[in-house]
Amino acid sequence: MELFFSQILDGLSIGSVLLLAATGLAIVFGLMGVINLAHGEFMMLGAYVTYVVQSAFKPMGGVIFELYFPVSLILAFIVTALVGVLLERTLIRKLYGRPLETLLATWGVSLILIQLIRSVSTAMLLGIIVGVVVGYLFSKLLAAKFSAKPFFTYLNGLGWAISIGIGLVAVNLFDKIRPLAKPWFGPRNIDVTAPKWLQGSWGMIGTIELPGLRIFIILLSALLLLATYWFLTKSVWGLRIRAVTQNRQMSNCLGIPTDRVDSITFGIGSGLAGVAGCAITLLGSVGPNLGAAYIVSCFMVIVLGGVGNLLGTVLASLLLGIIQSVIGSGTLLTIFPNMPMAAKGVIEFFATTSMSLVLVFIFIIVFLQFRPNGMFPQKGRSVDA
Amino acid sequence: MKLFQRLVPWILLAIALFILPAALDDFRLNLFGRYFALSITALAIDLIWGYTGLLSLGQGIFFALGGYAVAMNLMLNTKSLAGGNGIPKFFENYGVAQLPFFWQPFWSPVFSLIALWVIPAAVAGVVGWLIFRNRIKGVYFSIITQAALMVFFHFFNGQQKLFDGTNGLKTSTTELFGQLVGSPEMQVWFYRLTVVLLPLAFLVCRYFTSGRFGDALIAIRDDESRLRFAGFNPVPFKTMVFLVAGALCGISGALYTVQSGIVSPQYMSISFSIEMVIWVAVGGRGSLVGPIIGAVVVNYLRSLVSEALPEAWLFVQGALFIFVVVLMPDGIYGWITKGGLTTFLAAFGIAKKSKTYPQLDKEVIPVD
Repeated sequence: MELFFSQILDGLSIGSVLLLAATGLAIVFGLMGVINLAHGEFMMLGAYVTYVVQSAFKPMGGVIFELYFPVSLILAFIVTALVGVLLERTLIRKLYGRPLETLLATWGVSLILIQLIRSVSTAMLLGIIVGVVVGYLFSKLLAAKFSAKPFFTYLNGLGWAISIGIGLVAVNLFDKIRPLAKPWFGPRNIDVTAPKWLQGSWGMIGTIELPGLRIFIILLSALLLLATYWFLTKSVWGLRIRAVTQNRQMSNCLGIPTDRVDSITFGIGSGLAGVAGCAITLLGSVGPNLGAAYIVSCFMVIVLGGVGNLLGTVLASLLLGIIQSVIGSGTLLTIFPNMPMAAKGVIEFFATTSMSLVLVFIFIIVFLQFRPNGMFPQKGRSVDA
Repeated sequence: MKLFQRLVPWILLAIALFILPAALDDFRLNLFGRYFALSITALAIDLIWGYTGLLSLGQGIFFALGGYAVAMNLMLNTKSLAGGNGIPKFFENYGVAQLPFFWQPFWSPVFSLIALWVIPAAVAGVVGWLIFRNRIKGVYFSIITQAALMVFFHFFNGQQKLFDGTNGLKTSTTELFGQLVGSPEMQVWFYRLTVVLLPLAFLVCRYFTSGRFGDALIAIRDDESRLRFAGFNPVPFKTMVFLVAGALCGISGALYTVQSGIVSPQYMSISFSIEMVIWVAVGGRGSLVGPIIGAVVVNYLRSLVSEALPEAWLFVQGALFIFVVVLMPDGIYGWITKGGLTTFLAAFGIAKKSKTYPQLDKEVIPVD
């Protein structure tokens, strides 16, 4: 029985990480109808921010080092939120009303982010800066001379293409200098050591030990969920976000700045992904491919929970986390040893992490046959637009 | 001009069948064979995305199923690969003494030839029907197909006793008609087979996109609710077109497998299936020529970039996704046919500026 409880606890903590990530995805999806395939990569960014903060705190040692985790939580949120806002302003805004195309474009962004983390070095960063600056100056120069000409757009594109070339040359030149060429992270996995106060147990309930890490993750996501709930229901911007979610055109007519609402929501959603990434570093080593492992589960949570509903997201993510952990570890067999043969065979067949995902998917497809719009579907006339 | 237009496909076919094999070495020819095999997948995706508006991120399932069907048959019928019990050697590594039941029918080449497109079609039909009957569409459809892909990936990856797991099934060392499948002579034959099958797939797609059935597909893409109100049930149309696309992907996967020499769960990775979509987007969706152009161009670019700078490919690919979606939503073929090229030339004063919208000009002077 103790084993069972510890598995449930495991499942709850996996579910809470999913919850953090899926909440961000769900809010953005509910508001803009946009699926952000780069969401997993925002989690990865959060994890790398944690790694950087940890490395920066290491030399200080002692008590200060123990405090790096709260700092990295906040920084992870800020950094990923800023990246998210940038992405929304430059790319997603251009694709408004074309959800399928947005999906493809964000996938392109995720590929670039993955490779960027793998191969970013000081030389590369300097090269990118050179390319962007040259391109910006180029376009200013061209605009001053040719802005009235019909071929200006194409010329501008050519200018940017040339400056990308210049940037590439610059990267190659900087690469010649040894200390600049070393990649910051490289393609390998990185490890973050949890601070001491998170390791070990946080006391017992009866005979069941409470592992600090897992409890911390569960508490963290509960806290953030409450904060999100408070933000959405009690603050002015939350009110605006809910208004735009319900009826974008009407909100626009009533003077709500919908584009700023979009930016803020996207920023918060990405920030939550960053915090989730921060929490993942506590569960094991992380690498550039971290996002792919979580993103599909996040989508399943959204499909199962229904759109624009925090309660659905909570239930769905915890449910998925527990199913994955309890079935995937095969604990059911040790708890109920006297099962009939047939059931035993079935459970053994699904008792690996990957096969439990298979089971979860079958469960979702069956569930959708009865409730096609998730557990808590949106109601109203504008839903099936 | 009209005669020339009618002759273009035949000229291209003649070039692919006779000139390319003479001009290219074995390695390059094999690469082009693979590109043409992938073009069939691109056609299938165009059928469901470009014409019906269903963005499937899970076509890798059907692609890999076709590949596995052909690989299982080749493995079974190669004497040199058989272990103690007359079954493929890799089973011994996992202590499997008896051939799993579903491998049995693959002894027969006829069964395998049918299975390589019937099995993907059946899976696509069932999955499609379960999704479509609940009116799941748009982004939800994309997510669910991606999740389905993930499930198949984990199933084939995790079940080492059934499919050799991550290692995949290697076909290059198997034998067909007493010759190694990986040998250059066989590869040339597979190339020719691909070049013949690609136009056939094109004709199949044209059959489905023209006439009443094609009109229904386009209606589903443009306004499904209105089609429903007009008294049509879109579910059979969607299921049917998804099924056909699945079958085409299966054929494409089988052709690709014998030419690349291996089928592995990597064919069901999430990234590969999204890549397939970008071939269609680059070439131009909503036309049947576009996807073929896209598949060949993008894959050729891929081999060029990966040979020169392997690390840069992800950057290039990511930029390609963003560029095509934002600046060139109609793809290369659409850009040329829908007036993009004329506008481009007119901007530099080379071509005459059209007085009205290009579409209107076209209506006044019919092109064909």
